[in-house]
Amino acid sequence: MDSLRYKAAIVGASETTELGSIPDKTAFQLHVDASVNAINDCGIDKNEIDGIATTMSPAALAHYLGIIPTWIDNTQVGGTSFLVHVRHAAAAIASGLCETVLVAMAESGRNRVGEQTGRIGDVASMSGGRRDSSFPGQFESIYGVAGPTTQFGMGVLRYMKETGLTHEQLASVPVAQRKWANKVPRAMYRDIITIEDVFNSRMICYPFHLLECCLVTDGGGALIITSAERAKDFRTKPVYIMGTGESVESPVVSQMYDMTTSAAFKTSSKKAFEEAGVTQDDVDHLMVYDAFAHLPIYGLEDLGFVKRGEAGSFIEEGNTSPGGKLPMNTNGGGLSYTHSGMYGMYAIQESVRQVRGEAAHQVDGVKTSFCQGVGGMFMAAGSLVFTNEGPHR
Amino acid sequence: MSSGYNKPIPVPTPESDVFWEKAKQHELWIQKCLNCNKPFFYPRMNCPNCLSDNLEWFKTGGMGTLYSYMINHRPVPGFEEDAPYAIAIVQLDEGPRMMTNIVGIENTPENLILDMKLKVVFDDVSDEIAIPKWEPA
Repeated sequence: MDSLRYKAAIVGASETTELGSIPDKTAFQLHVDASVNAINDCGIDKNEIDGIATTMSPAALAHYLGIIPTWIDNTQVGGTSFLVHVRHAAAAIASGLCETVLVAMAESGRNRVGEQTGRIGDVASMSGGRRDSSFPGQFESIYGVAGPTTQFGMGVLRYMKETGLTHEQLASVPVAQRKWANKVPRAMYRDIITIEDVFNSRMICYPFHLLECCLVTDGGGALIITSAERAKDFRTKPVYIMGTGESVESPVVSQMYDMTTSAAFKTSSKKAFEEAGVTQDDVDHLMVYDAFAHLPIYGLEDLGFVKRGEAGSFIEEGNTSPGGKLPMNTNGGGLSYTHSGMYGMYAIQESVRQVRGEAAHQVDGVKTSFCQGVGGMFMAAGSLVFTNEGPHR
Repeated sequence: MSSGYNKPIPVPTPESDVFWEKAKQHELWIQKCLNCNKPFFYPRMNCPNCLSDNLEWFKTGGMGTLYSYMINHRPVPGFEEDAPYAIAIVQLDEGPRMMTNIVGIENTPENLILDMKLKVVFDDVSDEIAIPKWEPA
């Protein structure tokens, strides 16, 4: 096996029945809800599922669903874990370890029902231990950090100085994405916004205003993946896995090799492009995990869609907006659609919808979608290339 | 020295105890590799460049530049009176970067100019621990 190209396809894909604020369901229940929805999406007999990938206990989920798997993956590298699960699942299917994999993800990110830790974005719960011997505890918590809002964007002012990115261009990211969300009924925020609206929103952590930070929601999603051969037997339109990549960099932003570029994005996306045998010009639709407004900027550059320093003007000029040449984050992204903490699954779901041609804000003629995930704060990356064109064209 | 210090306090480990012992003496020490001669931070038992364990601690000049920062408007417990406060990255003249707070100057975008020169100072937060911070040089 020299490549995962066209070895597997997503045949079932669904999010939780509800999305946003779901105070009456635990994170575990939301995993089950999403899994059942994905199973029903493709109409598979659940007893045909012989692989389970999830960041929760695979045993707990398998047992709840009455499934006895022959393959499991419990990779937990933050919000990109599910892109990595898809890659691992494709490899497991291609090598015969299992035939059909359920990838499931859910979080009670907002209401914290059944969750063991505090809400992401809540400074008290994210500020680390009071006496801490971990590396972040010894050398970062002592300076008043509180999770992603105070760390993820730490390199942005440096990036601005080195490339000329403006505050207006940074603010143009949520503005562009809201144009997509405007026609997405399940998006939490849909009203069109302006640069001024972004600047007038509350300062969270300079240079990031509230509208440049992701939502905090409840929800989840699940996928059913099987071999490309078998994919044709299902009622859904197969979404073929064409290219895959994964990588990790630093556990903390401050020790990235270069804080103005993600080495993990570069490594992971390069693998995915090479495996898929496509170039940036072949990509009709792009998802870049957007926990904060700078991520699509880093993503566009590190994935090679634009040159160094060009991403801000590329977005500001409307190239990623509806009607633009590179539609990006077409569900509205973590900034407008939903973000329960580990957003990667929602990015995959939107790629699948676009490739199937059934997205709420559908882009015309999508054949190839590139989905880029981030885990932790530039800690990990996963990349997937999807297509609706089969291997025997 | 404050017994009422309400911010997180670092707990040294066998890898980092030299760093904190020297900080208590108001000196900033980091490691370098005697095999490839590269300095590095955070404390490790092997060089991140060549994996050699032939390392030594050395005293830095305590000088650096402001590499990047954010200004947090939502203080974590213990930092309420500081907000809004900068969480900054200083690049030591020796090369490695570390996180810090900037003191001796109001933490505003106007005051905090990237690449401004900084020098290390120490905040004695207990009898055992002094935390390195940086101020305009």
